Formats: sequence, C-alpha cells, structure tokens
Amino acid sequence: MTKKIRNLKEFSTSNDRYEGANLMCPGCSHNIIVREVLNATDNPVLIATATGCLEVCTAVYPYTSWDVSWIHIGFENASTAIASAQVMYEVLKRKGRLPESTMRAIEEGREPKFVAFGGDGATYDIGFQWLSGCFERGHDFMYVCLDNEVYANTGGQRSSSTPIGASTTTSPAGNVSYGEKMMKKSMVEIMADHGAPYVAQVAPNKWKDLVKKIQKGFETKGPVYINAMSACTTEWKHAPENTIDVSELGVESCVWPLYEIINERDEHGIIYSTKLNITYRPKNKIPVEEYLAAQPRFKHLFKPENRHIIDLWQKMVDIRWENLQKREEAGV
Amino acid sequence: MSSKDIKELGWDELVPGACLFSFTEPVENVVDLTMDERPYAPTNSHEASVGDWRVEKPVYNRDLCIDCQFCWIFCPDISIISRDKKMIGIDYDHCKGCGICVEVCPTNPKSLLMFPEQTDNEEALASWPEKEKK
Repeated sequence: MTKKIRNLKEFSTSNDRYEGANLMCPGCSHNIIVREVLNATDNPVLIATATGCLEVCTAVYPYTSWDVSWIHIGFENASTAIASAQVMYEVLKRKGRLPESTMRAIEEGREPKFVAFGGDGATYDIGFQWLSGCFERGHDFMYVCLDNEVYANTGGQRSSSTPIGASTTTSPAGNVSYGEKMMKKSMVEIMADHGAPYVAQVAPNKWKDLVKKIQKGFETKGPVYINAMSACTTEWKHAPENTIDVSELGVESCVWPLYEIINERDEHGIIYSTKLNITYRPKNKIPVEEYLAAQPRFKHLFKPENRHIIDLWQKMVDIRWENLQKREEAGV
Repeated sequence: MSSKDIKELGWDELVPGACLFSFTEPVENVVDLTMDERPYAPTNSHEASVGDWRVEKPVYNRDLCIDCQFCWIFCPDISIISRDKKMIGIDYDHCKGCGICVEVCPTNPKSLLMFPEQTDNEEALASWPEKEKK
C-alpha cells in the first residue's frame, strides 16, 4: 500500500521516525534525505547504515536517533547486511515464524521495507564489491547512496565520486595543482548495468520527485539503487543555510540531472528492456559556473590559470545531458 | 549488564553487542504516533539537546506564516513542529540554528528570521521588519 502524498501540506502530517539531537552538522543534507526517504512510506522500515557521517552521528553512545529497526555494520557491507535481513524475513514468513505484530502489518498491506544507507566512500569505493554482489544476486532491497562526493567523515579525502577540480585534503588545490584530477565515476549507470529493475538519481531540494522515486523503488521487487545528492556544508564549504540553494543550482545546471532507469530482466540476468526517463527538465539551464561559484571547494578554479577546468566541467555536463536526452528519446 | 542506568555506564563498561532502545515499551507502528505521544526511552536522542551548540536561533512569526511547510520538509533536525498541516512552533532543544528554514521561507517579510541566541523571542517579534518593496 503506497502512501498517498499529493502536496507538501499532506506530506507534513507524516510522523518522523528519525530524531533530532543527532550530531550531524547544522544544515546537513543527509538528515533531509533520510527524513524524506523514511516519510515516503508508512510501512515498517528496516535500515542498515554503512560507516560514515550518518552512522557515527546518529548512534553516539548512549543515544540512538532511530525509531525504526537499525543496524550498524562495517564500512563496506551495509548492502549485504540488509539483504541478509530481508532473506531471513522471507524465510521466517514462509515458516510462519514472524511475530504477530509483523503478521498483522503484512495483512494490512504494510510489508516491511529494507533500506541500506551508505555514503559515496562506502558505495563507490569500499563497499562496491558487496553492493555489486547483492545486485547481481537480485536481493529485494533499496540502497540509498548519500553522495557528498568526498570522505567527509574521516577528514575530507577524495573518493571516486569527487568531481574534477574539487579541493580535498588528499587532492589539495595550490600552486601546482587545481585539485582532483579525475572525473566522477558514473555510479547510476554502473548500477543500472547490473540489471537492477529500478535505478534513480535524486536531490533533496526536489522533494516531490525524490519521494515519488523512493515510493516507486519500494514497490519494485528486486534491488533498487538511489543516488542522492548530498551537499556537505563542511567539505563543500558553503554556509549551512545555503544547503538547499546549492542543491538547487546543481539540479538547474544539469550537473545533477534527475532521472530514472527502469530495467526488465529475467531470472538469468538477461536485460531485455531498458528505459530511461528524465524526471526534471530545467526551464533555463544555468551555466555550471554558478554551481561551482557557490562552493568554496572550487574557488581556485576561478583563477585565470585554472579557467580551463571550468570549461572542461561545462563540456562534461553538456555531453552527459545531451546523452541522457538521446537515451530517453531512443528508449534505451 | 550491570544494574546501573545506561547513561551512567562509561564507554568501557558497554557490553559488546549492546542494544540502544528508542522506547521504554514495545511500539507497534511508530508512524501512528506523533512525537508528543511516543514513550521515548532515555537513550533516544529525542531526550537529548543540541540547543547549546547554537549561536543563532530562528524566531517564528505566526501572523505572517502561510503554512506552506517548506521549513518542515527542509529542516534537517525535525525542529519544525507541524501538526494537522499547520506550523505551530520550533523545537529549540533539537534546532542547531542552521538557518535553512529562514532561507526557504517564501513570505514577504519572512515569517522565520534568525536572531542571536540571547535575544528574547518577544523582543525579536517586536522588531520584525516591514514588508520589502520590490
């Protein structure tokens, strides 16, 4: 049973299952995304969190900030933890050994949902093998990547999600370097190529789009991957109150396009149909420069000697946006 | 587990595999309960406060609010208290003073504004700015 959310007023009657007084930074996008995901459904939700900001800040002994079942597991295996929990649930259900309250929830059409949260470090790099395995085996769960493009929890090292030109502690900008040298890895496409039935990219500022995609993901049987833009006040170095503005610039400049990929695959893993939908099209696509200018991690790019990186950025974003539109049109 | 209260235990006394409980009694479906009705355990962070971090606090002006709920959806810390589609106040125990609510408020003048922590709310409301001309 999908929760009906027509507008923001209706959505605001949701009772949060995530508590304040956690130790996330003021203005952190992670919190906004977690709230939007949890409020998208009234079903029981089980959560596994990979090591990262979200995990260390929401379970600081002796406090917990979760009003849902929550498991903390290693940096790499949030996906396997929640997939195992889901399998265990299936087995107990088949054997009729679930607790009465869970049985009642299922009868009311409120099947428990299984979600794993991981940062970009846990997803793109460290947990990739585990994540890939879970998707290949086709477990029934949702993986949400809170992508802030840096290892923010351990001091801001570059990850394979860090985009070109960003200054991080292990790719610092200075006299000899303009910062990170590599382009960002395209995780959404990689996960879609695993044959996942539903893969989407979201941003917290477009809450309606996000909630719709999460609900679609919950209805989907099989592994679902959601890549969420998570502006980081500490490592992107913008002011806490600008979190939503920065996300907005990312979406409007097509640096962070909002789209979904729906795959149909059989039990042997043959993908016989792929459909890509762009779910938000900016009316006026703004230059990437505006997005970069809002974040001091890119401020060195505006020096004359680094201007060519901004041009590279624009070229990269334009090519990707063009490709997405072509794919949508061609239905592949 | 010793008979000591969990909050009294030091980190080195914690039993491996310890559970932190959110509620003092079993809650069947937590979404059916508003935050005012939940049996919070002392180990739920709802019982803690981060208000002492704050240097600036949002003050809320009911007369100007149009209940659009933008502040509710974008508040990272569940500090906007909304009940029955109406915004009714700010939870100062959990608000970290990030200022997102003020930034996304669409009214003119804004119905939420940041003030220094020590400002009295009544004083803040008395000094509310006039409507800005465009």
